Amino acid sequence: MQRFCKTHYSLMCNLCGFLQLILLFLNNNILYMQNRVEENMSEIVPPEVRPKPAVPAKPSHVALPSRSALLGYIGIDTIIEQMRKKTMKTGFDFNIMVVGQSGLGKSTLVNTLFKSQVSRRSTGWSRDEKIPKTVEIKSVSHVIEEGGVKMKLTVIDTPGFGDQINNENCWEPISKYINEQYEKFLKEEVNIARKKRIPDTRIHCCLYFISPTGHSLRQLDTEFMKHLSRVVNIIPIIAKSDTLTLDEKTEFKQRVRKELEACGIECYPQKEFDEDMEDKSDNDKIREAMPFAVVGSDKEYQANGKRILGRKTAWGVVEVENPNHCEFSLLRDFMIRSHLQDLKEVTHNIHYETYRAKRLNDNGGLHPISSGQDTQESNL
Amino acid sequence: MTTNIRYKSRMMKSEDSEDKQYVGFATLPNQVHRKSVKKGFDFTLMVAGESGLGKSTLVNSLFLTDLYKDRKLLNAEERINQTVEITKHTVDIEEKGVKLKLTIVDTPGFGDAVNNNECWKPITDYVDQQFEQYFRDESGLNRKNILDNRVHCCLYFIPPFGHGLRPVDVEFMKALHEKVNIIPLISKADCLTPNEVKKLKGRVRDEIEHFGIKVYQFPECDSDEEEEFKQMDKELKECTPFAVIGSNTVVEARGQRVRGRLYPWGIVEVENQSHCDFVKLRNMLIRSHMHDLKDVTCDVHYENYRANCIQEMTSKLAQDNRTDSPLPILPLPTPDGETEKLIKMKDDELKRMQEMLEKMQQQMHEKDQ
Repeated sequence: MQRFCKTHYSLMCNLCGFLQLILLFLNNNILYMQNRVEENMSEIVPPEVRPKPAVPAKPSHVALPSRSALLGYIGIDTIIEQMRKKTMKTGFDFNIMVVGQSGLGKSTLVNTLFKSQVSRRSTGWSRDEKIPKTVEIKSVSHVIEEGGVKMKLTVIDTPGFGDQINNENCWEPISKYINEQYEKFLKEEVNIARKKRIPDTRIHCCLYFISPTGHSLRQLDTEFMKHLSRVVNIIPIIAKSDTLTLDEKTEFKQRVRKELEACGIECYPQKEFDEDMEDKSDNDKIREAMPFAVVGSDKEYQANGKRILGRKTAWGVVEVENPNHCEFSLLRDFMIRSHLQDLKEVTHNIHYETYRAKRLNDNGGLHPISSGQDTQESNL
Repeated sequence: MTTNIRYKSRMMKSEDSEDKQYVGFATLPNQVHRKSVKKGFDFTLMVAGESGLGKSTLVNSLFLTDLYKDRKLLNAEERINQTVEITKHTVDIEEKGVKLKLTIVDTPGFGDAVNNNECWKPITDYVDQQFEQYFRDESGLNRKNILDNRVHCCLYFIPPFGHGLRPVDVEFMKALHEKVNIIPLISKADCLTPNEVKKLKGRVRDEIEHFGIKVYQFPECDSDEEEEFKQMDKELKECTPFAVIGSNTVVEARGQRVRGRLYPWGIVEVENQSHCDFVKLRNMLIRSHMHDLKDVTCDVHYENYRANCIQEMTSKLAQDNRTDSPLPILPLPTPDGETEKLIKMKDDELKRMQEMLEKMQQQMHEKDQ
């Protein structure tokens, strides 16, 4: 009886804490909005300095509610189940962008990650497909379902990136696209009559494909990541890593990590957003293993009596899901099984808020009724 | 000559009728062989391609040496201001009494920058410079010890990651195909399955044809060659571009120590024909076509350069109103844009005048006789 009470007590504490956080988050948001309007407009935040992330912080003037012991079971813990049911009904959106030179296996990897033919090129490239002269942005959406949970997955491809002779500023179309999505969301949010669920086309995750040269990052890679790591979550990946032996892989990864640090590039998961010690230790383990060296494949072969995804060469079969062969399973677990929601949250709470703050500052405040562009969207 | 007489005198003792038809110059190849072995051969090989495609490793595997021992790899920041350089390594190799002076010309920095406009220009300038130097030496007074630094062959490395030739590959090959023998290679072929290799080779061959790039063509077999040789030759031609893998390390495979790469899923053997085309490349480059590469460089590329050069010079000469000299005078510094236009305009007229002059000279010569 005592033990039962204890575990229940701890559950209740957790829930109380959780509810607290929600309340504080809402509180903070209201305060934040008020501050923005009342603040002295001459104080312009320089673009490099990121305003403090809108992560719920405990303001000192709010007294912490005291924890009181419960006399019986109420049933607050069922809120988790209720939330789960709701999410399952509404489903969720996930937008992933793949960037890298042509031929690095981007489409194949996305197909392997989501175990279905979701990528644009899944039908196989035809002989007439030419390299586009400028970077194009092509997006394809699919709805995939697993265990009753529906996900609207959008894959945004960037053909033409890094393929020309002169690749200067080839990241600009990509940067423009990302900011356009933020702008779309902002406009919807600022509307008087808002939609119940704003369609989220913002990029939650950008997979950047590094060519497995075995030497170090190319200039194009560092330039791209420098320009975009503050705007979107970038996860660097070493593509086609079956061309590197184990030693070469470790050396290459070390060199890439050093270079990223030297250039001040922060990839997802960013160190500054670790919320507590547990997060930090988990994320540190992941940061040590990044960038993941992956191999993608959509063909199945027979090995050890099972059918596995892999690549069959004259000297053996490269198994995609074998952690001794490549780090695909690490990437998949990290991206989908543990950090999918976190990717969305960081995009919404941090990158989007940064964009929003910058926009509001630049315009001197964006009022719902302000410009003519907004009035056309004022009715549902 | 002395060998001939010796031979003849020996034969006289045995059969009298036969040796009247036997002159003995069939031993000429042996004489050439002996002289060349003493003199030694030289060969200049250029390797071009983006960094990280395994060029140095392949060169080391081909010639079983380690030419790049103390190389320092630059990181991305250091490479921002790097331009394409040309570096030369010379190595003297000897095998069974035959000496080879091998020069490897490397092109670090090619295709590595964000903006690669005209990144092949330093390379074409280098090739032209070598031709020009040889031209001057050939036209000079003392021709005993001409140093032949002309590039005999250029191995161009195509990355296996793409879907065929990229714009920078096409531009490079177009800029160089009339100056150097280009042999395109698919590098790091251990990341491709056999099907992918076939597809990529087919695609590269189609694109080379489509863009009109003249890569080095293997000479046709003479009809009197052995059947085996013809078969080998045919196989070789169907295999281009070669898909190669290089390795600096020796691994244990099937009970033997071989050059290869060790992966968790298997061992790639560099010299195994079913794994990659390294053996074919080596045979072609060193064992059967090295001399042909040198011949094509001398007879075709160098002659083209020389003809262009002389034409430019004669038009300049005519502009300066100097008489024809028996030896072509060394090229003058290039004039500015305006004078160049004038030169081009008057080129046709001058050619016609030269032809008339020749005709008149011939007539005078005939009259004299």
